[in-house]
Order: sequence, then C-alpha cells, then structure tokens
Amino acid sequence: MNEPIIILDKIQKDYGDLKAVKEVSLSIEKGEIYGLLGPNGAGKSTTIKMICGVIKPSGGTGRVLGYDVYKHSNLIKNGIGYMSQKFSLYEDLTVIENITFFANIYGLSKNEIKERIVQIVEMAGLNGREHQLTGHLSGGWKQRLALGCAIIHKPKLLILDEPTAGVDPVSRRLFWEMLFELSRQGITILVTTHYMDEAQSCDRVGFIFSGRKLIEGVPKALIKTHNANNLEDVFIELVEEVTHTSIKHSFDNLRFIKEKEAKDESI
Amino acid sequence: MNRFKHIIIKEFIHIRRDPASVAMLIMMPLFFMLIFGYAVNTEVDQIYIGVLDGDQTFESREFVRSFITSDYFQLYTDVSDTSELQRLVEKGRIKTALIIPTGFSKNLTATGNCEVELIVDGSDPTVARTALQSANLLSKAFTMKQRMEQGIYLSTNVWYNPSMKSTIFTIPGLIGLIMQNITVMLTSFSLVREREKGTIEQLMVSPIRAHELILGKMIPYIVVGNIDFLITLGIGILYFKIPLMGSFMLLMILGNAFIFCSLAIGMMISTISKNQLQAMQMTLLIILPSVLLSGFVFPREAMPLPIFYAGYLIPLTYFLEILRGIIVKGVGLEIIYQQALFLLGFSLILLTLASVRFKQHLE
Repeated sequence: MNEPIIILDKIQKDYGDLKAVKEVSLSIEKGEIYGLLGPNGAGKSTTIKMICGVIKPSGGTGRVLGYDVYKHSNLIKNGIGYMSQKFSLYEDLTVIENITFFANIYGLSKNEIKERIVQIVEMAGLNGREHQLTGHLSGGWKQRLALGCAIIHKPKLLILDEPTAGVDPVSRRLFWEMLFELSRQGITILVTTHYMDEAQSCDRVGFIFSGRKLIEGVPKALIKTHNANNLEDVFIELVEEVTHTSIKHSFDNLRFIKEKEAKDESI
Repeated sequence: MNRFKHIIIKEFIHIRRDPASVAMLIMMPLFFMLIFGYAVNTEVDQIYIGVLDGDQTFESREFVRSFITSDYFQLYTDVSDTSELQRLVEKGRIKTALIIPTGFSKNLTATGNCEVELIVDGSDPTVARTALQSANLLSKAFTMKQRMEQGIYLSTNVWYNPSMKSTIFTIPGLIGLIMQNITVMLTSFSLVREREKGTIEQLMVSPIRAHELILGKMIPYIVVGNIDFLITLGIGILYFKIPLMGSFMLLMILGNAFIFCSLAIGMMISTISKNQLQAMQMTLLIILPSVLLSGFVFPREAMPLPIFYAGYLIPLTYFLEILRGIIVKGVGLEIIYQQALFLLGFSLILLTLASVRFKQHLE
C-alpha cells in the first residue's frame, strides 16, 4: 500500500507561551483535494508552513511526500507547489520573466522551461501578454499565472493558502476547474478557503479552531450527520459548542443599538 | 478640534506601538550628541611620534623628553634605524618621526647649534600642520632653556603631501564614504522589499537556501559597486588631480573587499528591519556616525580613547586607511594587509549573522 502524501501525528507549534497549533493529526491520500477550513488565526497557515518545511514543529511527527518534516525540509520543498492569498509573483517582472525565474529555481532544463512556458501561458489565457509587466494584469490573470508558476516543476503536492481571496466569481470557478483537472492527474491538493461553496467542492474537509482540529470528513456526510443546511452551519454550531457562546447572543449585548431602536419607535 | 486632538492621540499610539522607532528617537540624539561632541575636534594633540636617537646622550634624551612630555606628542616607540621609521609611517602608526644625529650633544656644546630632522606624514594636513608648529615651538623652548645662542635647527621633511593640500586628504576619504553610503543603502532595501510585497513567501517554500538568496542578491550590487568605485576614483584622479601613488589593481581588489563588507552590512539591516522605512532609519544610524568615527573629516588621533577605539568597529575606518595608504602613500599590501583582513573578517561575520537572522525570521 502506498503511504499517504501527508501524515501528521499530533503536530504542534508553540511561539513562547502561545500554542498556535495543538496536536493536529492529518492524513491525506494521493490525488485528494483536502480543504483546511477555519477562522483567521486558527492555526491554518502555521500548519501549512510546517507541512511545507518552512517552519519546524515544536512537537509531534510528520511525513510529507515520504520525507520527515524535521530532517528533509529541502526534499519536501522540491516536491511541493505553493501559492498564497498574497499575489507573490514579481510585479516588476514580465509574465515570461516570472515563469522563467521560478522554473530555474526548481532546476528545470532549458528545453523543459521553453515547453512549459508555452503551456502555462496557454493555461492562464495570457497569449499575447507574455511580455506585459505582471503588475499590470487583472486579478484573475495574476492568480492563474501564480498557479502556473506553482506547478511548473510538476509537484506531487499542491498547497494553496486562500488562493481565491478577493477574486471575482467567474475567475474563481475557472480556477477550481483547473484544480479538479490537476487532481485528476494525480496531484494531491491541500487548500484553505473561507468560501463554503469551495469547501463543498473538496473531497474531504477538516475544520481547525484555536489550534485544534475539531472535525473532519466528507462535506456531504458532515452536513447530514449534523442535520444542517450547509457546511457553514455545521462549523458555526461547532464553534458555539466549543466556546459556549452563541454567535447570535454576542450581538444581543450591544444594548445601545436596541435602545435607540426603542426610542425611535416611541417617536 | 476634537478630531484634531484624536489624530494627535492616534499618532502617539503609533509611536508607542513601534518600539524600534521609540528607541531610535531616544538613542539618536544621545548617540549623536556624544559622538559629535567628542569627535568634532580639530585640535590635534597626542600625535604619535617615533624617535630615532642616534646620540643617546643626556642632552639628546632631554630634547626627546621635551617633546613627549608635551601634550602635542606621544611616544609611540624608540627605533634604531630609519627603515623601521619609514615602515611605521607607511602603516600610519606614527605621524611624525624625530631623528637625532650622532654627535648632537657634542655639536651643541661645541658650536651651540645642531640640526635635527623631523619627518611629518602630510597625508592628513591638519595633523601635519599641528606637528610642524608644535615641533618648532618645542625646539625653540629647548634652545631657550639651554641658554644657547643659535640653538637647534629643525629641518622638516613632509612626506607624501609636501604642499599639504587638503584635497589629497579629503578626496580619498570622500571616495570611501560615498562607496559606503551607496552600497549599504542598496542592499538594505533588497530583502525588506520582498517582505513588504509578500514575494518572500514564495521564495521560502522553494528549495532556495538562505545563503543562496543572500549571496544571489548581493552579486548584482557588487557590479554596481564596482562601477561606482570607478566613477568616484575617476573623478578624484582626473578632476581633482589626486595622484595615485600605489597600484591600481591592489586598490580595486581591496575596494571590492570593502564593497562586499558594506553590502553585508546592508544585508544585515535588511534581515533585521520590518519595512523599508525602518531599513532607511537604520542605514542612517550607521552612516552618520561612520562619517565622524572613521576619520573621514577629523583626525582620529584627536579623539578621546573610547571614541578612537569605537572607530575600529566601523569598516569604513579600515577602508579609509587602505585608500589613503594606496592613493597618497603608495604603499603595498604588506603594509595594509591587516586592514584588508579585517574587512574580510567583518564581511564573513556579518553574512553569517544575516543568514542566521534570515532563517530565524522565517519562523
């Protein structure tokens, strides 16, 4: 049997007293699209950075692409593609210059680079704009180009940190079509998102809240077992359970707004 | 009015929340007042002097004593031959040398006069002028004390810069200062810019190693630094007519050691600062003191000891010694190899620190 692409066992990360990630375990199979969900500051990015080999965990064990996250971060880095919410290509470089730069970082040969530039430009719909400065492209184009640069070295694992934040719905749909295609090619995808429609497109999702993984499963099954309308309701219910506060209730404390309403009515 | 007040409050909060800036605001005036106050001092005293006493009699020792007990001169060492004196002057260890001929005492008692040679390093005209004046004064005083009629004739010999033109001192210094400012500024922005734009994140997840990134970013600036060096040298030599006494090749090689070192300082700043504004502030914090402490304007000999030694922490100090050594004195590597080694040592330490800092910063 093949080893999963990502196996984390009780992985932790502390920053001094702050426990950013608390004993998160994760197992992701080849070709899966796994959605890591959770509010901002829940520990998603830290978990991702540990998987990428950028930061060393404070505890627990982890293997990514068969390599140990403590010892072989450079081998891991060679096998993954990464794209973040921030547009992280060079805006003062042209489309071609950006692709060439990233291709060379991953040590591709001249012929491979030549071949792949054509294909990536095609994929991103940037024909005729190869020599434009990347900073002048619109959001959707930039994002597809960033995806192209992230997969230029044929990574086995693609990690996307809120890749569609602030992108229009059409570009978002187009982007996910590309992800489905990559997944069909056997590329494993780990994605974080705040969009629940995107979350429902994942094979499996895991929900992280204040450094812990609260729940994991196939989106449809999760909705069913929690008797909810959608994933959003499932997660809000979970957060309320954990924090013992109602998300609606905290708004009730804002009495000054209600008082004003009452006065308005009396007039 | 209330709005205005709250803008003021908000700005104070910004200042308070940025400890680096607060430290800067308090440290800058403290730091600069102390350094400027001590270093801006054109009155030179305690000029290092080497003495070659060929006579070794009571009178000759008395004469030497009148020099070194004065505030103007401080004995660096007694030497036994002129080649050693020359070496010390070339190295810049002594700025003046007093040569007393054999038969000094005999001539003095027999004829009532005697010639003594004073060698002065003219590469720093301020020091040279003070040395000449003081030596003349001290000789006259000695003559008066001995109640002699004609007394001691001081034959002076100004080396390197006989006409004591100040440009010969200032231009090589200026070349060094300009080189430092440009190169430090260039690199201090380079990593910070990537951090501000977020592109550093993409590099972090790639297999690029910290030292590859840091060195890779420095190489283009080494090229730029060399072009700048050639431009400043060209202007100095062709326009200001500063004669280049030493080897051009040696100057270029050691110039590169300095460029490398300055770039490493810039890189260090880049790994510490959070944004371009902080990088700029830190660059200024390094540039301003180095103007004074390196001996660019004011002779370091005139500074109090702690300030004098602080100068040794600044790479520009070594580079100025190299520049003035090669351009004005025409010395070779055997005289200035220590400065060159210091520059290389500095660079290696700074680059290692920058790499380590950079790796920590990723966490």
